[in-house]
Parts: sequence; C-alpha cells; structure tokens
Amino acid sequence: MATKASRAAARMMISPAVILLFAWMIVPLGMTLYFSVLRYNLLTPGANPFVGWENYYWFLTDPSFSAAMVNTLVLVGGVLLITVIGGILFALLLDRPMFGQGVIRIMVIAPFFVMPTVSALVWKNMFMNPVNGIFGRIATGLGFQPVDFFGQIPLASIIIIVAWQWLPFATLILLTALQSLDQEQLEAAEMDGANWTSRFWYIMLPHLARAITVVILIQTIFLLSVFAEILVTTNGGPGTASTTVTYLVYVSSLLQYDVGIGSAGGVVAVILANIVAIFLMRMIGKNLDA
Amino acid sequence: MGQITLSQVRKSFGEVHVIPGVDLTIEDGEFVVFVGPSGCGKSTLLRLIAGLEDTTSGIIAIDGKDATALPPAKRGLAMVFQSYALYPHMSVRKNIAFPLKMAGMSESEQATRVERAAKVLNLTSYLDRRPGQLSGGQRQRVAIGRAIVREPAAFLFDEPLSNLDAALRVGMRQEITELHQSLKTTMVYVTHDQVEAMTMADKIVVLNAGRIEQVGSPLELYRAPVNQFVAGFIGSPKMNFIEGAEAKKHGASTIGIRPEHIEIVEDGPWTGTVGLAEHLGSDTFLRVTVDGIGTLTVRANGEIDRHRNDRITLAPQTDKIHRFDKDGRSMK
Ligand SMILES: Nc1ncnc2c1ncn2[C@@H]1O[C@H](COP(=O)(O)OP(=O)(O)O)[C@@H](O)[C@H]1O
Ligand SMILES: [Mg+2]
Repeated sequence: MATKASRAAARMMISPAVILLFAWMIVPLGMTLYFSVLRYNLLTPGANPFVGWENYYWFLTDPSFSAAMVNTLVLVGGVLLITVIGGILFALLLDRPMFGQGVIRIMVIAPFFVMPTVSALVWKNMFMNPVNGIFGRIATGLGFQPVDFFGQIPLASIIIIVAWQWLPFATLILLTALQSLDQEQLEAAEMDGANWTSRFWYIMLPHLARAITVVILIQTIFLLSVFAEILVTTNGGPGTASTTVTYLVYVSSLLQYDVGIGSAGGVVAVILANIVAIFLMRMIGKNLDA
Repeated sequence: MGQITLSQVRKSFGEVHVIPGVDLTIEDGEFVVFVGPSGCGKSTLLRLIAGLEDTTSGIIAIDGKDATALPPAKRGLAMVFQSYALYPHMSVRKNIAFPLKMAGMSESEQATRVERAAKVLNLTSYLDRRPGQLSGGQRQRVAIGRAIVREPAAFLFDEPLSNLDAALRVGMRQEITELHQSLKTTMVYVTHDQVEAMTMADKIVVLNAGRIEQVGSPLELYRAPVNQFVAGFIGSPKMNFIEGAEAKKHGASTIGIRPEHIEIVEDGPWTGTVGLAEHLGSDTFLRVTVDGIGTLTVRANGEIDRHRNDRITLAPQTDKIHRFDKDGRSMK
C-alpha cells in the first residue's frame, strides 16, 4: 500500500473523480465570483460593466443584511438547540424496551422523508393557521385568542417547522450512539452508586459527545441554506422578520433581478458559512479526535 | 463485615430457568470461587448478588440483613467486570475517584484515598492517563482500584483475568490473592478456569447448569469429589473415567483415576501402547491406549524417555480410585 509506485497508481485512479468533483464546485463558484463584480441587472439589459466591490458594498450596507444575519444565527441556533436536546430525549426514550417499539421508531423517523416544501405547507395550513389550524382551534376552544404564528412570531414558527424536520436525523444519530454504549459501564456506574441523573451526566452524555458534534456540524451546514420553508410560509416577512442570508440572496437576485448583488450576496454567504464551520471545528471538533 | 447468604435463590429469564435454586453461605473474609463450564450461570449468580439482576424468588442476605430488594449501590459491594468497564473519557484518577464522588466525599479525602489505592496497585505514574492509553493488565488494576477505594463489604469479580495473556494472568492471580490477604475482605470470584479456582480459593463452589454440585476447599474437591462432574472438572489434566468390565471389578458403574495416580511399572495389571507424549520438562503426559480399557492420560516423570508406539505397563494406585454409581454419584 505504501510503495511509491502504488501511491502514484492510486492517485492516478482517483484523479477523474477528484477532477470532476473539483470542477463541479469551482465552475459555479467561479461564475458567482465573476458576476459579483459586474453591474448585471436583468431589468436594464445591455452592457455589464465591471464595477469592482460596488455590489458587495450595496449588499452589506443594505439594512436587511444585518437583520438577515441575526435571523440566520437565531434560526440555526434555535433549531440546533431544539433538535439536540429533543434528539437526546427521544433517543433515551426509544432506547428502552417498550410496546410497539418498531412502529414508534419508524414514526419518529417519518418527518425526515417529507419534502421541506410539503411539510412547511402542512404546518402552515393545518397547524399554524389561526382560523383553521389545530393550534388555533385549540386556543379558540379554550377561549383564548389564537396566535397568528406567521404574523406575530414568524421566525419562531419557522424554527419549529425546521426543527420538526431535523429532529428525526438527530434522534437517529444519537440513538445509534446511545446503543453503542457498553452496558457494563452503566452497570459499573450503578454499582459505584451513581443514580440515573449522574449516570446520564457522567457516562451517557460524554459518550454521546461525538455524536452530538456530528449532528451539530452536519445540521449547521444544511440549516444555513434553509429556504423552501421561508418561501412557502412567510416570504421572509413581515418586513425582514424572517429573512435569512440565503433568502436575502434570493430576494436580491430573483425579486429585484439584480444578478450582480445576488452573486455578491452568494459569495458573502459562502464566506459566512466557512467562518461558522471553522468556528465550530475549533470549538467542538476536538470531540472527533481519538 | 461481608457475610453473604443465599437461600433458595432462583432466577429465570422468561421460560429459561438459569438458576433453579441455590443455597449458599459465604463467610466474612473468605475467598470464594464460583467455577463451572461456560453458560452454567456463574455470571448470573454473581449479578444476583450484586443486585444487577432481580431474583425470581429466594432471599439474598448481606451481614444477616435481607438485601434482596436493595439496589446495587446500597449493598456495599464492589464489582470488577470482565470487560473492566472503565469510563473511557475519564482519567485513571477520575475513574478511581468516581465511586467516592458519587458518595459525596470531600475532594481532599477523595485524593488521599485515590493516592493510597494507586500506591497499592502500582498505578501512581498512570493516574493522569486515559484508560485507552493503558495495557490490559493496567486497566485491570484500575478496575480493581475503583473497587477497593470504596472499602466495600465484599468484592465481586467476574472472570477478571480472561482478557489477559497467559503470563500476565499468572501475575495478576498472585496479586489478587495477595490483595485478599492484606485486605481480608470477602471476595467472590467467578471463573471457568479450574486452575484459577484451585490456586486462589479458600472455598470453591462448583456450578453446573445453575446448580451447585459441590462446595469445599480445593483439596477437598480434589480428594473427594461428590460426583463424576466435579471429579472431571477439578484437576488438570482431567481424571480418566473407565467403564465396563474394569469398573465392575470394583463394584462400580464407572471408576475414575487421575493421571498422577497411575504409575509406569515393570509388572502391572494394565498394558498399553503410547500414543501422544507431551514433554513439558517438569512432567510428561502420555496418552496410552490400554488393552481392553481404552485411552488413559498418564502423568509421568518429566524426563522419562517414552515415545509413540512404545509398549508400557501401568499400575493405578488402588487407594486413589474413585468409584461412581450409574447416576455418576461417588460411592463410599
Ligand atoms: N439477560 C438474559 N436473558 C436471557 N438469558 C440469559 C440472560 N443472561 C444470561 N442468560 C442465559 O443464562 C445462562 C447462564 O449465563 P451466564 O450466567 O452468563 O453464564 P456463565 O457466566 O456461567 O458463562 C446462559 O445460558 C445464558 O444464555
Ligand atoms: Mg460469564
């Protein structure tokens, strides 16, 4: 495996795949970078002159941008918090033998198979609609004023929907991790006088650390690009109350027909995602070693 | 104090009756070994004593007090698991201190006790390592350290040496025996290896299919096994069993004679052909096919010069012949 010849051969054989993957990434990125320095508005066709940093300037100084940044972080953070804590609770629940375990496990995993658009629409119309939704009906039935989810708490509503979609993923990963915990360790802790809370805190949680890290890293990558749920429920509103960076890029390029600013926003989003990724790897990546 | 009494303890997993009913008293300070073939219920019995399994029926008393319904932590026993069950994300120090921390002991008291245990077990220079960075023997010692810091009423060991290589096993065997002699705490030790049982135990409990076959000191079991199972299980190499005409001569259904109680003589009752000869240096074990009887194992002098296909004459020491009736029970 380690001779010079075999390494050269290995490199040659994987090169087509690597080149393809590299091109797959670099071509769109290169085009985005190129568009981001042009004045390129679909409403004013004609020449697309080079304008340097202008698009970036307009994107970053747009008052919606800072709101979108905050919303993005709140969305990602909120969903992570709910899915990790909820995932641990579900995993603990599903780990113990109970009646109908198989069916319950499939039911818990089911939301993962529903398309984001569909699940957002179901939530919007069947649960969160103040008149016809279940929550509205319950509130009215109990004599309370129903909550207008997307009007009053738009971002929180989207967090709930997205968290519902990602909870199965977190549960599945954490359940698998929990099942790989050596039962003798728990028994040893029991003999050592640890009650359930101590066993959870000192044995199970450290064992789950790596799985939690994986959940956070993978989910963060996907959550930064949440889009469909916003589009079909709030359209980023009211105002910019539920506009994220991803959604702002969409607004710039496709609603305002400004490909230049949209591309600049795309590049900014990529950079932000990388900053978050580096930050996360620094903070929790050490759990992945050893 | 650490006296443990089992009365009519039974354990079933669903329809499977793993322990059909056990009565046993373990005296304070004794080193008791449960020995038996794999799957005979040794671990289950130990886990019942530890409280990790609930008894189906029967009473377990510790120091005269009924402990049947007590949770493991309340029984004052410490257990060393076959897999060691160390906490992988804690340092050796934290592993050993864990039971003390759970008991709410002060930091300084924890530190003194951990230091003391580490000194006894030669672990002082490893205290800040993780279990993953230790060898098998060191992990074993950490597991023992975690047990001794609590100063329990009794120690429970479940095949603690089975993951170690042969040389280390002999060393750890002696260390555990010495530990018992210095602590004088009750120890219950489970093994399938009769050599461990013979060398370590004050009292051996031979188990077979969840039943106690015999309880006694190593030499009692060796000299006077109550049945064919115990006779065959205790002693190495195994006792030879002879049936048929030769057994009839002694008025038994089966007779047993240990390899070390057969002598190679000029003129004796049995003549046979040497098959395999294992020269260990200190001893030689010969597999001899004796005419009209079958194949016997014979222990001979280490430097004896006998080889395959040699014809030899054998004589059993008649007072060392064990007689068994048709149900395998010893006849006296
Ligand atoms: N949790 C359990 N459920 C069902 N059967 C079990 C369980 N634990 C042990 N057994 C059965 O009990 C018998 C004795 O097991 P064990 O006490 O582990 O044997 P030993 O330690 O002597 O090798 C085995 O046949 C095993 O299959
Ligand atoms: Mg066992």
